[in-house]
Amino acid sequence: MSYISLTPEDREQMLAAIGVASIEELFRDVPDGVRYGRELAVPPALSEAELTRHLEELAAKNSVGEVSFLGAGMYDHYVPAVVDAVLQRGEFLTAYTPYQPELSQGVLQAIFEYQTAICELTGMDVSNASGYDGTTVAADACFVAKAETGRSRILITEATNPQVRQVVNTYARGFGLEVVEVPHDGGTTDPARVAAAAEEAAAVIFQQPNFFGCLEPAPELAEAANDAGALSIAHVDPVSLGLLEAPGNYGCSIAVGEGQSAGNAISYGGPHYGFLAARESLIRRLPGRIVGETVDAAGERGYVLTLQTREQHIRREKATSNITTNQTLLALAGLVHLSLLGPQGLRETGEACMALSQYAKNALESRGLELVFPNKTTFKEFAVRVGRNAREVVRDARAHGVNPGYPLGRDYEGLDDTLLVAVTERRTTEEIDRLAEVLSP
Amino acid sequence: MAASESYPDDLLYNAEHDWARIEGDEAVLGVTWYAVDSLGELVHFEPPEAGAPIARGNSYGEVESVKAVSDLIAPLSGEVVEVNAKVVDAPETVNEDPYGEGWLIRIRLADADERHSLLDVDAYRKVLAES
Amino acid sequence: MKLIYEKSRAGRRGLEVPKPNLPVPEIPAELARAEPPRLPELAEPEVLRHFTELSTRNFGVDTGFYPLGSCTMKYNPRVNERLVGIPGFRDLHPLTEDDAAQGALELEWELQEILREVTGLDAVSLQPAAGSQGELTGLLVMRAYFDERGEGDQRRKIVIPDTAHGTNPASVTMAGYELTKVTTDARGNVDLDDLRANVDEQTAGLMLTNPSTLGLFDENIDAIREIFHGAGALMYYDGANLNAVCGISRPGDMGFDIVHINLHKTFSQPHGGGGPGGGPIAVRDTLAPYLPVPVVAREGDGFRLDYDRPKSIGKVRGYSGPFGVFVRSYAFMRAWGPGLREMSEVAVLNANYLLARLRDAYDLPYDRLCMHEFVLSARNLKREHGITATDVAKRLMDFNFHPPTVYFPLVVPEALMIEPTETEAKETLDAFAEAMLQIAREAADDPDAVRSAPHNRAVGRLDEVRAAKRPVVRYGFEDHEKAGLEAPKGV
Repeated sequence: MSYISLTPEDREQMLAAIGVASIEELFRDVPDGVRYGRELAVPPALSEAELTRHLEELAAKNSVGEVSFLGAGMYDHYVPAVVDAVLQRGEFLTAYTPYQPELSQGVLQAIFEYQTAICELTGMDVSNASGYDGTTVAADACFVAKAETGRSRILITEATNPQVRQVVNTYARGFGLEVVEVPHDGGTTDPARVAAAAEEAAAVIFQQPNFFGCLEPAPELAEAANDAGALSIAHVDPVSLGLLEAPGNYGCSIAVGEGQSAGNAISYGGPHYGFLAARESLIRRLPGRIVGETVDAAGERGYVLTLQTREQHIRREKATSNITTNQTLLALAGLVHLSLLGPQGLRETGEACMALSQYAKNALESRGLELVFPNKTTFKEFAVRVGRNAREVVRDARAHGVNPGYPLGRDYEGLDDTLLVAVTERRTTEEIDRLAEVLSP
Repeated sequence: MAASESYPDDLLYNAEHDWARIEGDEAVLGVTWYAVDSLGELVHFEPPEAGAPIARGNSYGEVESVKAVSDLIAPLSGEVVEVNAKVVDAPETVNEDPYGEGWLIRIRLADADERHSLLDVDAYRKVLAES
Repeated sequence: MKLIYEKSRAGRRGLEVPKPNLPVPEIPAELARAEPPRLPELAEPEVLRHFTELSTRNFGVDTGFYPLGSCTMKYNPRVNERLVGIPGFRDLHPLTEDDAAQGALELEWELQEILREVTGLDAVSLQPAAGSQGELTGLLVMRAYFDERGEGDQRRKIVIPDTAHGTNPASVTMAGYELTKVTTDARGNVDLDDLRANVDEQTAGLMLTNPSTLGLFDENIDAIREIFHGAGALMYYDGANLNAVCGISRPGDMGFDIVHINLHKTFSQPHGGGGPGGGPIAVRDTLAPYLPVPVVAREGDGFRLDYDRPKSIGKVRGYSGPFGVFVRSYAFMRAWGPGLREMSEVAVLNANYLLARLRDAYDLPYDRLCMHEFVLSARNLKREHGITATDVAKRLMDFNFHPPTVYFPLVVPEALMIEPTETEAKETLDAFAEAMLQIAREAADDPDAVRSAPHNRAVGRLDEVRAAKRPVVRYGFEDHEKAGLEAPKGV
């Protein structure tokens, strides 16, 4: 086996140094009754060449060659080559949590730069070093809100990604929180509904742009939450934040989101990173790691994990979260991607999404399809009625090499005939014309 | 500059390394040299709010160093009259002067008899010797 | 070294993006960004060079020996990085219809089958994103199980020994349970008397790592099982130390009802400077109905994601889990095959060999054969020479070794927790042992050399007190220099 080095002579010398006769004897503390007496019944070992062939065969059973308009939370944005080059540096790839700062200045400084980028995107003061994904950071934010407000009800808009709502619901049971969903009215959330329901709420969570791609009246939603003494939590798409106002600039207390759009391949749903940023006053309630700047004995600037007394390894049952392993490598990818884009590239990416998405709306409308929320401004995604069961439409379109979008009936009643169509900067007008053709009634 | 080890004999103590200085119907509370020496340099003091009730034997706040966090166990019951803002602002004051400038809170006593359950300096030194 | 923001110059760019010649719809003024985010502005070569330089200020398993106890820092086969990038995996959308994802679902299914065999349990959820999330998921499954039996209000306590990872008690709180702590006996096993006194009809379960964080297999595992199952409680296995027992002893056979597996430890997912990880859980069939949705189901030769599970606790993470992690760990398992047993045997051999070489120079709190890791104490050096576990750790960096885990588990003062893993050569173990022995000698002969270490790193020991007292957790642009943390000269 090529992953280990010990020769038979090595093993003999080592057993002799230990003072045992056999490897078997090393396990003498394992009671007989719990020993596994057989060979593991798992498939036989493969050489590297065989392994590669086997996984290539599995991968070939997946369909990825289609022109894709499927988004719904995971988006086909371009990942630059420099991201891959940085991630394959073994010093980043094969390190663990930077508990020893003298050996870890590379990743510590990178996380500090990542925290800065997330704060700039979201308009917040502090960011953690990443959470698992865009769903769990929303649940984490609920835990912060419960501790901060002492209240136990969470409001979440129905126009928030269903994956996020489901995870918040699961965590809420453990946290002792009640979750109330606020329905949408014609594709966006009415601030009056939030105001009416927010009394005694710990937090109000909404998504901008929302799951339907529509722009919410986010400043008014935040105000409704704040007026009720609840924390306002915005779930945002990093790619949108070159064009859309940052949550910190319209009064939100916490911003969370799915980082996949910035720097990560879709990879069948993970691994990606979730980001979580907040106002300074919440810093001691944040879950997960935080990197801070300091100096060494010679006055040289350096970076360390800081405020660790929040965390499980010190505060244990009173910790702000149980998280330890996070998503640093994926967050690093996000930082590299955002550093390549810069403010101008981020803005242009957003503009390309909006422009192409508008082109797609026009193309579909010109073919006689009906937009579900025609009067709403959308970012890169929109809902369109396709005249029959959308899952069937997806199947038929895929036969023509086009994945036309996400059937909203999977999550919303009354929308069985509706597709959520995502258009990123990677789509072309020719591809959109093909979409219009295959969806044409 | 950290203070050197001392345990004033005009204070009362509990086994959790908190001290109390009784002043009429009020008391000033803090933590002992032993406690701050074990924790290391303090970086944060999480105080109770003024006016809040505290109960003997229960936590009324926390102090933190870089690598540890410790509950503050009230030696006496009462109502918080004042929080030492200097320690909130500069927690290392406790390391420098645990019985003077580094006091933590002042309370109005709820029960004047509770003091009899606390340790005098000799009894507290015995606790230290056994730990 | 400068921050990337300090290298930024307005107008530079690192990536050209498509610019369709189309009108951009207007954004309502109240929703439009007023000031752009101050992201870095650098040309592409400078971005690459910045991150390459950062990487040289970091240390990974690829750099050298990394015996960080409890973290299983083993070699990460490079083929796995190539495999995860196959377009059929990399570009696959998680909401695509199941018939378009048969290869991914088959891989997940096969991974589940191997995990069932390794754990000796019946059903698997791949969804949890890390070990700690596996813990939370497992505890929520426990709650759902007892709720359905009508015992949910009665069974509120989870028992955890004092050697446990901090994640265990933190997970207990997040799951809405109460914590009962039990102590460790003189041989490093869970104290059975304390256990018997603390387990009753209010106990929901136990969380145990076996081998424990002391690197010791609990010799009383049969008695522990009788105590918990006898009280109608469940047993949760923290799989952090599974690298010791693959193919040797299975948690299901030990009596555990729920197990999480740290794919990033035992099954070689690169740790990425802190993540990602994977924390699948395996459970007994009586608990299977409560697993998160979706689960991978097999129908004939095909596979599908099953969402129709009315007793499920719901979702704990998006989609079906961190798929790229599954690709790597599945490939690692297939490279080993049934030889996974040898993987654990060599991990245990390497650990015991290092222990044998170091036992005379450092305190050994529990004098037994260890499993895949062991815990020494530097308290002898501290008592005699004022040299702490931190000093030893920092001095090891001068020999180009990553230090062990220090000050954990909490029950051992000045703890040094050493886990060599199976992928290290005897020469490496010998060189590490020589360094540790030299440091022990230096503690007596030249303690200042140890106390002032490390001597050849990018920075010396950093002022963590300053970082915690006045947290600076983001670059402050024009305000940054005012905070007193100026960019270094040069570079």
